[in-house]
Amino acid sequence: MGPRRSHADAAFKAIVLVVASSIVVLAVLFFYFLISRSAPTLRLGFSFILTSTWNPLANIYGILPLIYGSLVTSAIALLLGVPVSLGVAIFLSELSPRRLKSPISFVVELLAAVPSVVYGLWGIFVLAPILTFHIYPVLNKYLGFLPIFQKYYGTIYSSSVLTAGIVLAIMIIPIVSAISRDALLAVPDSQREAAYALGATKSQAIRISVLSYARTGILASIFVGLGRAFGETIAVVLLIGDSPLITSSLFAPGYTLASAIATEFSEALTPTFKSALIECGLVLLSVVFLTNIFARYLISRVSKNREAASYL
Amino acid sequence: MKSRRFYMDKIWIALTFAAVIIAIIPLASILFYVSVNGIPALNWDFFTMLPPPPVAGYVGGLGNAIQGTLILVALASCIGLPVGLLSGVYISEYGRNFYGRTVRFLGDVLIGNPSIVIGIFGFYLIVIPLQHFSVLAGAVALGVIEIPIVSVTTAEALKLVPNSLREASVSLGTRNWRTSLLVVSEAKRGVATGALLATMRVMGETAPLILTVGLSNFWYSGTSAPVGSLTAFIYYYATSGWTPWVNLAWGAAFILLVIIIGINIVVRILTRGRGTNG
Amino acid sequence: MVSEVLDIAHGIYRKLEAPGTMSSGLKVEVRHLNAFYGKKQAIYDVDLPIKPNQVTAMIGPSGCGKSTLIRCINRMHELVPDARVEGQVLLDGEDIYGKSLDPTQVRRRIGMVFQKPNPFPNMSIADNVVAGLKLTGVKNKGRLEEVARSTLQRVNLWDEVKDDLKRSGASLSGGQQQRLCIARALAIEPEVVLMDEPCSALDPTATAKIELLISELKSLFTVVIVTHNMQQASRVADYTAFMYLGKLIEFDETTTIFENPKEELTERYITGKFG
Repeated sequence: MGPRRSHADAAFKAIVLVVASSIVVLAVLFFYFLISRSAPTLRLGFSFILTSTWNPLANIYGILPLIYGSLVTSAIALLLGVPVSLGVAIFLSELSPRRLKSPISFVVELLAAVPSVVYGLWGIFVLAPILTFHIYPVLNKYLGFLPIFQKYYGTIYSSSVLTAGIVLAIMIIPIVSAISRDALLAVPDSQREAAYALGATKSQAIRISVLSYARTGILASIFVGLGRAFGETIAVVLLIGDSPLITSSLFAPGYTLASAIATEFSEALTPTFKSALIECGLVLLSVVFLTNIFARYLISRVSKNREAASYL
Repeated sequence: MKSRRFYMDKIWIALTFAAVIIAIIPLASILFYVSVNGIPALNWDFFTMLPPPPVAGYVGGLGNAIQGTLILVALASCIGLPVGLLSGVYISEYGRNFYGRTVRFLGDVLIGNPSIVIGIFGFYLIVIPLQHFSVLAGAVALGVIEIPIVSVTTAEALKLVPNSLREASVSLGTRNWRTSLLVVSEAKRGVATGALLATMRVMGETAPLILTVGLSNFWYSGTSAPVGSLTAFIYYYATSGWTPWVNLAWGAAFILLVIIIGINIVVRILTRGRGTNG
Repeated sequence: MVSEVLDIAHGIYRKLEAPGTMSSGLKVEVRHLNAFYGKKQAIYDVDLPIKPNQVTAMIGPSGCGKSTLIRCINRMHELVPDARVEGQVLLDGEDIYGKSLDPTQVRRRIGMVFQKPNPFPNMSIADNVVAGLKLTGVKNKGRLEEVARSTLQRVNLWDEVKDDLKRSGASLSGGQQQRLCIARALAIEPEVVLMDEPCSALDPTATAKIELLISELKSLFTVVIVTHNMQQASRVADYTAFMYLGKLIEFDETTTIFENPKEELTERYITGKFG
């Protein structure tokens, strides 16, 4: 092997470098397209879009109802989905008999494999009727003193914010439980032993030795779940009712940033309309990007801590 | 003498078990209803005919949708798999520097990109210049979705190959690029897994297609024309209110689930025994 | 000062309270113990007497089963998947493997300190010490603070940490962490303290501090210590058990084991001919 480098080597290295750079280019391009194509409305400043009416027919593009819808559905998804995901993660990591681990984790993974349009289809014809006619009336009857469980102008809608939120909760279970489970499995056994040696019961040992140790990883999983719920489009479109409202009732229909784009982009004929929709896309991408970046930061902090924590 | 601690412990454990049941019920329900409603819709017509108009008395099928989905996924993989593979090779084998880590980082973040945004991207990249919806635009959009997935999974799979293999190869005088190919072939299971996962993912995508391919009631007619796809048809038919269309939608959903779950099972078999699954 | 007197009084009270200690004279008695990991047997028919308020050491080459044996005493062995125990371990005459005793109750009476210090990193020093106490529902802040202080004093750690008890348990040095773990084990007032090679991850200075501590502890607790360091056993232990390949080869007063062993294997081990 002399000092002269192989041309093939140099060429190969250059090729993979260029190809890999496509990832960087894509990331940049996404933001470029979104920013440049929403320039018309961006230039009009915040006051143009931060109003609470979305009425494209009247040339009013206030995206507050959309942000509200995205936030509420994501909040419902997290409130309902995270505890279930944690339960699944704890079960698989700490409690499950060995024979059950593989089948159960396979089933949970399958939840991630179902396309969102199928979630929507099932939601419309199976879940929504059950919720609207059997569950929501009960909630309204006993908890109707809470504004969130009050009817919207006398009706419990079959396409509602709550229904969309519930389906989102189901959709984030696989990813949140997977990341949480990794965090739990990374807890060294010596921590669990310390808890048991103090006479802890199983749930106490899990609480003080595992959950507390893994809390950064669990937090990261929550942020990933948030990003996922915030960006979900199709299942939400099919279940939320396409109404840009801001109301406290969860039984009312709603609208999200993502579903607005999906529903109206093809029909948006004026540049302003398209620009407003793309601005929605910009907000969407930014939120999802930021939550993912924060989650990765948390996860990297955990790995560093683990190296520093090898005490002796 | 059973103390409060004892009962609280049992309650918490029961709650985690309840969480598992709660997670499984929706999946069971989806599988059940998609099968019960979808299988009856699958007949010879379904696979061979074009969609019927919303008028009573006409029969039809979603043959063009199946064709469209397969073509779109195949074309998308022509873009996504090679680009993703080479990117993964770069990240793992040549990217031990700041730039490489940045690429890896962006790849991870891009995986979570909302696919509607990628639809916008495809719209402005291809649809606007061509002035209409097309298979090409859809394939590009889906391919762009595949790229980060394949890159990251390939990079991970390559990282698992022990360094001793690389060192042995280099010490024998093999060129670097050959060594890299050797590492890839050593990790082919993991790489294949990544490719399958990416394929599985784009097969179920709808949002990008709405903005790039639209919907076509006809058979495939070239890359610069629109085409039907299973996901787009389900999307439009689900809210159509026209029962024959809804039935076709269930049938399409069944086909999608069968293919996707089938791929999932293959992936499971490929990854059995490797890495942590517990 | 008052609390220290109260501590000692409390300890003496506990000793007088404990049933059965006086009658058979043994705090812990291991009888016909066999332990398994799945199909693999690790302990073969061991009978071991542990006298109260004494330090009993278990020595032997790697893999002889001393760690497994000590974990059978506080029912930690059964936490390993597929692990099994046959035989009896009597605590004050009562079999801890009997139906009437819950493992968590056993572990509160028989505490354990591990080879690698394992404080809870997300808890402060004070919270680490009282972690076990909180598990039984003790909430009174005053009592918790008091126990933390007295226990940290007992393990000679108080002066070193009293200025900042809110620091993370993992921010201390290795030796300090181990003393913290000992404090944590002592805070729930066990009757027996098991130590599985407590000094093997520590430097000589830290080791010396802990050996001194062990000698102080035996007035209030019964101590069983596993060690691979024979000199340590001869320094701190009143009684020593020598194990080899899962069997108890010899058990006697430490001086006898080291100066006048009865078994040939014992003699070969302590003179360094193997292990």
